[in-house]
Amino acid sequence: MNENLLYRIRARLLKMLHFVTLFIAMSIICVPGLWVVLNSFRPTVEIMAKPPVWVPGDLNLDNYRAMFGAVGEGGVPVLQYFTNSLIISVTSTLIAILVGMAGGYAFARYRFKGKASIFIGLMLTRAVPGVSLSLPLFIVMAKTGLIDTHIGLILVYVALNVPFTIWLIDGFFRQVPVELAEAAEIDGCTRWQAFWKVEFPVARAGVASAGIFAFLTSWNEYALASQLTRSTFSKTMPVGLRDFTSEFTINWGGMCALAVLMIIPALILTFLVQKHLIAGLTFGGVKG
Amino acid sequence: MSRFRPPPWFVLLLPAIIILTAVVLIPLLLSLYSSFTPYRLTRPETLYKWIGTFNYEKAMKSAHFWAAFGRTILLLTIALNLEMLMGLGLALLVNKVTYGQRALRTVMMFPMMFSPILVGFQFKFIFNDNVGLVNNALQSLGLSNVAIPWLVDGQLAFFSILVAEMWSSTSVFAILILAGLFAVPRDPIEAAKVDGCTPWQSFRHITLPYIMPFIYIALAIRSLDVARAYDIVQIMTNGGPARRTELLWTLIGRTGYVDAKMGYANAMGYISIFLAIFFTIYFFRKLNAARSELGMAG
Repeated sequence: MNENLLYRIRARLLKMLHFVTLFIAMSIICVPGLWVVLNSFRPTVEIMAKPPVWVPGDLNLDNYRAMFGAVGEGGVPVLQYFTNSLIISVTSTLIAILVGMAGGYAFARYRFKGKASIFIGLMLTRAVPGVSLSLPLFIVMAKTGLIDTHIGLILVYVALNVPFTIWLIDGFFRQVPVELAEAAEIDGCTRWQAFWKVEFPVARAGVASAGIFAFLTSWNEYALASQLTRSTFSKTMPVGLRDFTSEFTINWGGMCALAVLMIIPALILTFLVQKHLIAGLTFGGVKG
Repeated sequence: MSRFRPPPWFVLLLPAIIILTAVVLIPLLLSLYSSFTPYRLTRPETLYKWIGTFNYEKAMKSAHFWAAFGRTILLLTIALNLEMLMGLGLALLVNKVTYGQRALRTVMMFPMMFSPILVGFQFKFIFNDNVGLVNNALQSLGLSNVAIPWLVDGQLAFFSILVAEMWSSTSVFAILILAGLFAVPRDPIEAAKVDGCTPWQSFRHITLPYIMPFIYIALAIRSLDVARAYDIVQIMTNGGPARRTELLWTLIGRTGYVDAKMGYANAMGYISIFLAIFFTIYFFRKLNAARSELGMAG
């Protein structure tokens, strides 16, 4: 009886501890973000106030209005940046996922000579410092006329993302037991059907997380984009953030407003793709 | 007529190889060549003068280079380990939640949605000694009555960069480890419970081996990203004050673009690539070892 009660108290305490820790962790994650959102609605005076104004007194849409306004009055071509970012990120993510799925499947399922070295070789392309890459890339792109085009950036981002989409997808395909696909083939599926009907749904978690990573990487990439874009025709949103800085001052309000606009699509996409991350649950019982 | 049919693995890998050759390998060869020349952006004709390994020798003898090298390794080691531990903790916390987990997972990935350049600006403001949030919070709480120069003092600036780096990347670990946690089979854990294992024992001997491959994948990806990332540091301190937070990438970036010594910058870049090669091979080995324990290697 007494032991039972003790056990219940301990369980309750652990539950509370779990809740409190989770709450603190989530707060740390959220506060800097909330600060950005909040500042996008505040005038510069209040953002830079000292002592700081923790509880906002004056919320308005001025920063957004200025951002969408005429160029002379602090406006920036936001919609153009937004469309550019969207086209470039979505296309490059889709290509990176397809290429990564092919490559990841090859590494997970086939045995061949020099596999480890090819794998490491592919990964190392990601190790090249952006600075060493950006100038030669600029020269090559200039020679081929791809500077300031969507295609140029899409190519770069696919190359940037492929190494780790391969690595991730390979990791998840390995978690899928070979027996599953073999069973499907015995039941009369072709290899192709076995892949799409059996292996792919099970490894979907990996593909989904690789997709999120690839999208966020290309959506947020700055260094190479700032090199390879020239005009509003291809500038992406992270490059657009720079429109709010001048040599000595930063327009915090405007920058935060653009940042909010930048985060919203990423947030929506991540939330939508989230549910596929659970796919890994389904095959827990298969391996005996 | 005999027709050559390439093996399936080769066909599957071909797209990846083509795109990486076109976008990475060719520019890389160009910059490798330029590291053997005194190439300066301001004088294009210098690209055609061959000076052998002069740039490499210069970098090898440069104290600034090795200081930045060491500082980069220090940042890499501290950041990766702490991010991994915190990511693991966060993943375990979220994994335990039964209600509203999907929303929590989205919140957990919040920092990943912030562009590194934005993270740089954001933490530059947060750690500002005059109007920054950290100082104001400390002063309001009465913990400090002077303005702490977070980004101006050498040691503190390094710490501030570390905090920004960790804030922005812990969720990468968390989400990968969480995906790994979903893939852990239930049966062995239940069997262990029946056999009288404590929660710690079943975590240590069943769950952890299963998520180890995911941890190594995350470590490998992050080590490469940290070793080449640039935006956060460049915006927050740009290597200053007085080179106290100078890391490899700010040093290389400044040498290449501000001092316009592209050849020298590329030589430093190639020496530092060995760092990345080391980390990649190290984590790859670890990953394979963790996998063969689970019977998934090969």
